[in-house]
Amino acid sequence: MTIAVYIERRAGSIKRASLEAITAARGIADRVVGLCIGTADTQTLRTYGVHEIVAIEHAMLTRYSSQAVAEAIAQYVRSAAVGALFLGATAQGKELGPRVAVLLETAYLPDCVALSKEADKLIAVRPLFAGKIRATVEPLTERVVVSLRPNMFTARPAETPTEPTQTTFSPELSQEHCRVVVTDVVRNEGKLDVLEADIVVSGGRGLKGPEHFALIEQLAAVLGGAVGASRAVVDAGWRPHSEQVGQTGKTVSPNLYLACGISGAVQHLAGMSSSKVIAAINKDKDAPIFKVADYGIVGDVFEVIPKLIEQVKQLKQSTAS
Amino acid sequence: MNILVCVSYVPDTAAKIGATPDGSALQLQGVKYILNPYDEFAIEEALLQREKHGGRVVALTVGDAAATEILRTALAMGADAAAIVTDTTLDSYGVAVQIAEYARAMNADLVLLGRQSIDHDSFQMASTVGALLGMPSISVVSKLDIEGTRVRAGRDVEGGKEILEAELPIVISVQKGINNPRYPKLPDIMKAKSKPIETLQAQSVPARSRHIRYEVPQQKRANIILGDSDADIAEFVRLLHEEAKVI
Repeated sequence: MTIAVYIERRAGSIKRASLEAITAARGIADRVVGLCIGTADTQTLRTYGVHEIVAIEHAMLTRYSSQAVAEAIAQYVRSAAVGALFLGATAQGKELGPRVAVLLETAYLPDCVALSKEADKLIAVRPLFAGKIRATVEPLTERVVVSLRPNMFTARPAETPTEPTQTTFSPELSQEHCRVVVTDVVRNEGKLDVLEADIVVSGGRGLKGPEHFALIEQLAAVLGGAVGASRAVVDAGWRPHSEQVGQTGKTVSPNLYLACGISGAVQHLAGMSSSKVIAAINKDKDAPIFKVADYGIVGDVFEVIPKLIEQVKQLKQSTAS
Repeated sequence: MNILVCVSYVPDTAAKIGATPDGSALQLQGVKYILNPYDEFAIEEALLQREKHGGRVVALTVGDAAATEILRTALAMGADAAAIVTDTTLDSYGVAVQIAEYARAMNADLVLLGRQSIDHDSFQMASTVGALLGMPSISVVSKLDIEGTRVRAGRDVEGGKEILEAELPIVISVQKGINNPRYPKLPDIMKAKSKPIETLQAQSVPARSRHIRYEVPQQKRANIILGDSDADIAEFVRLLHEEAKVI
């Protein structure tokens, strides 16, 4: 089976979600094709064992349009012997995946957390009901479009780098395919995003007021993580909605999720239960967050966090020297 | 402006959901169903756009007959009409086909949905419906301005915000933060009870994917809970560093 992977880039570099998709594809496919809009970072794709790099080029692709990119990808897949298309389930991937699937008349398996192959057929596992259920899903069409939840598959360079063939694909696009375009992107400079960080430190009502989030920010800074927030503190206006983790916020799966002063309502757990390691600090020993935690401290966040910051600083110094 | 707002009837966020021992089916007995939380923002946005541009708002759901309950909510909030396509067997793609058919028949200029329905969490409906209608779509929108046929939208992406421009007709899924959904007043709730709800037969659409097994995840957690002494905090840091290797 040949799997094509859509290579998503930001400021020129390939997103980790795409490298994860390549790694997952390598484990299943005989051949992996990296689909890039414009020219790609050949060196990285080589390291990750891609067999072919296809540069999709068209004047109408200079400004990002989900409609035009989906059309271009669909035209490529139709023209090639590709069994599956993989995308990272990022903001971009979640828009492109379903659109390409409709254009190709194939099944779309969204936000998958595990993949396998049974008798040359792709089988996926995906969470339903905010992770309360894991469903095993099979496509009923010959081809399939799959989006992979970020940080659920490990991005690993190939044992031996490949010498990928490089080709150019020129899709046929018209104004009709560009009726939506991104006209501006505002970056949160210097601020890690909960969706991309390896470590997320979240604060909840236990912080007692927006001014005390400085503690969470400091702890996140020494750990190199992003700041997250519970729904209660976002609704109270202490923190922006972009930081909210949970059912009405973002679903994150970092390596470490550290919940501070968050009781762990089921709606919050929905947004972080697939984190690799969960740690919690809460003064209520019966808080539901401790039931899902790997490590917990029963204590007052105002006393524990400053000490924790000191200890982490010491650890970082000792490991750095 | 012809506005179609799609709503979905889903298990309550706090519902306990299980699977049968053989994994062949979900266990949903006793589960309370609600209007999908994101769809409230979609209904409100439909009403706000109608206030600005005039026109008509139709609320549509695809599902079990019991889902007429949420259509009453949409009507009480201010939708002009409502329709249900009764079906419980379609997959997500099949549901999208029903929505697209309805949008086409009513000549919709704007199709609004919640960013995700909290049962299948697949974030796919706006793009799927958009593609079926040959319309542009924008997902997870937190800011929307429409002037004439020009659409300007803002959405959160990883590490920032995107501003997009498009033209009507369009399909848009909305996110919390875009507006503050109104609470229907008692007279409106009473009035909504007598508004007619159109019932339509689903057209059959072969499924494109199939759930073959359900299970309740059994993730093993170390569950080491410590106190707040200096030694405990030191142990906490050691566990994160040496055992879990995450810091």
